[in-house]
Amino acid sequence: MIRSSWISWLVVVLAALVVAFAPLPAAAVQPPTERLFHLQASQYAYAPAELHVNPGDTVTIELISTDAVHGLYVDGYGASLEADPGQSTSLTFVANRPGSFRFRCNVTCGALHPFMIGRLTVGTNTMFYRGVGLSLLGALGVMLTRRKPSDGGVQV
Amino acid sequence: MSRLELTAHGGVKALLKNRYPQLALLVLMLAGYIFAIMAGLIGSPVGSSNFSIVFVWIAWWAALILVAVPVLGRGWCSVCPIPLPGEWLQRGAVLGPNSHTPRWRGIRWPRPLRNIWLQSAAFLLLALFSTILLTSPLVTAIVLAGMLLAAIGLSMAFERRSFCRYLCPVGGFIGLYSQAAPIELRIKNKSVCTECIGKPCYNGSAEGYGCPWDVFPGGLTKNTYCGLCMECIRTCPHDNIAINLRPFGADLEQPAGRLDEAFKSFVMLGSAMIYSAVLLGPWGVLKDAAYRIGSSSWFMYAMAFVAFICILLPGLFALCAAPGGGVRTFRLRFSRMSAALIPLGLTAWIAFSLSFVLTNASYTLVSLSDPLSLGWNLLGTADIAWQPVLTAGLGPAQTLVLAGGVLWSSRVAHRAAAGSRISPVPAMAYCAGAALLLMWLLL
Repeated sequence: MIRSSWISWLVVVLAALVVAFAPLPAAAVQPPTERLFHLQASQYAYAPAELHVNPGDTVTIELISTDAVHGLYVDGYGASLEADPGQSTSLTFVANRPGSFRFRCNVTCGALHPFMIGRLTVGTNTMFYRGVGLSLLGALGVMLTRRKPSDGGVQV
Repeated sequence: MSRLELTAHGGVKALLKNRYPQLALLVLMLAGYIFAIMAGLIGSPVGSSNFSIVFVWIAWWAALILVAVPVLGRGWCSVCPIPLPGEWLQRGAVLGPNSHTPRWRGIRWPRPLRNIWLQSAAFLLLALFSTILLTSPLVTAIVLAGMLLAAIGLSMAFERRSFCRYLCPVGGFIGLYSQAAPIELRIKNKSVCTECIGKPCYNGSAEGYGCPWDVFPGGLTKNTYCGLCMECIRTCPHDNIAINLRPFGADLEQPAGRLDEAFKSFVMLGSAMIYSAVLLGPWGVLKDAAYRIGSSSWFMYAMAFVAFICILLPGLFALCAAPGGGVRTFRLRFSRMSAALIPLGLTAWIAFSLSFVLTNASYTLVSLSDPLSLGWNLLGTADIAWQPVLTAGLGPAQTLVLAGGVLWSSRVAHRAAAGSRISPVPAMAYCAGAALLLMWLLL
């Protein structure tokens, strides 16, 4: 029984490694294009707050601040810019890293400044799907490997 | 299940029995606590450059939820400064017992309130105002001062640490999640406790105080209500108390089945979900509603907040994880099965906090250099620019933590379901669904 439990766990661990690291099937590959986003920043949100681009796209973000000085920092890319009230500035970068990234205000703009956040998705958010796979595998692994107690069960 | 007794080492035991190391830490923490209140009252109104916000909600919170609770359980409670002034007044002593104990009232805490319902309510109340609490130094200072004063007031009226045991909003969730930690305080031999005359661990002696947490160590089966104050190690005349290293989650092998603890697990899991959506999500409408306290949108937010945590989450769990049976049976099943939410709740808070802490950690250097916003530059770091830390590894770390939470919760669900002779699958599916929602919010 113990031996078969170990074998089951080994299978689950190997499957988890596959889920964690195997390349996922690519969606239909789009040729890289230039993408321009006009982002309005006001306390404490961006509009639009969620951006979707394809890997390889050249992304230009024009930031327009409507109330205070706001900034924008893209996690994972390290790209940043600032915009004074009523002014607009822009930044351009090549979205060559797939996944989901937060972009956030990097200029103290008021009370909720640390939570002024948007989301950039480049291609597919593979981390989410890997997380789903790992979670389901974890639950499945428990089902496969846990023995039914022969005693101690108390009907309640 | 295997245990390693840490107090078997003479040095460890001597360190824990000696009051001075703990006192030194407590005084240091109390000084920091009072300084945080002062900074909140007189420092910069900008949260990200105020010591109270930065050190309470970034530095302390990170240390608590990422390290102290998962590894040391209630380790923080053993050095928490909040009960200290009240306890000194209550005891009339700073160190060991003296012969002139002040005559405070020393009332027993009311029996109907000897549970963690009030702690859950206190946490819910703070969580409801979290956008203000986490960003306004003044509000943080008022809450910190309020907790200190409440602890002092209750120490004057009631016996032992009533505030810590029954009211502290932080202590409630530390107790819940300390069940997952690999550290425990337990007795070595039950028969020694049974035959012990006078029970000095509970009633006190010349060597130390009776358990401030109102716990008889001889009956301890889980970490939830032991504050690791070390008094029983000092008072036990039979050297029968041990601090053990044990497997993670050992307390969850035999879930107790208390409804107040079950509810606490929903409060914590639900709060982590709502925080992830409101504070870390891209939805400005949600942030606005949560921040504009008193507005109609805030009332809608508050109703949704309470309904989600108090009705929707437990209601769904009741439907899928513990259906059938009479009222008593259902209640017991529901409470026992809810233990499965404890590992997931802990990992949810770790995943949420990683995001919050890593992106804001650089504020700590600024705040350390100029803690009262007086233009100081003590460490030469007062002017460094904000910079997120290690955010490239954030997504993979959160994914692993949450997937690990599902695995751990599934194990607990399997065990709890076996004890109740029901299928673990619905509870496991519930945990997996909650984790997927969190991943969608955080990744």
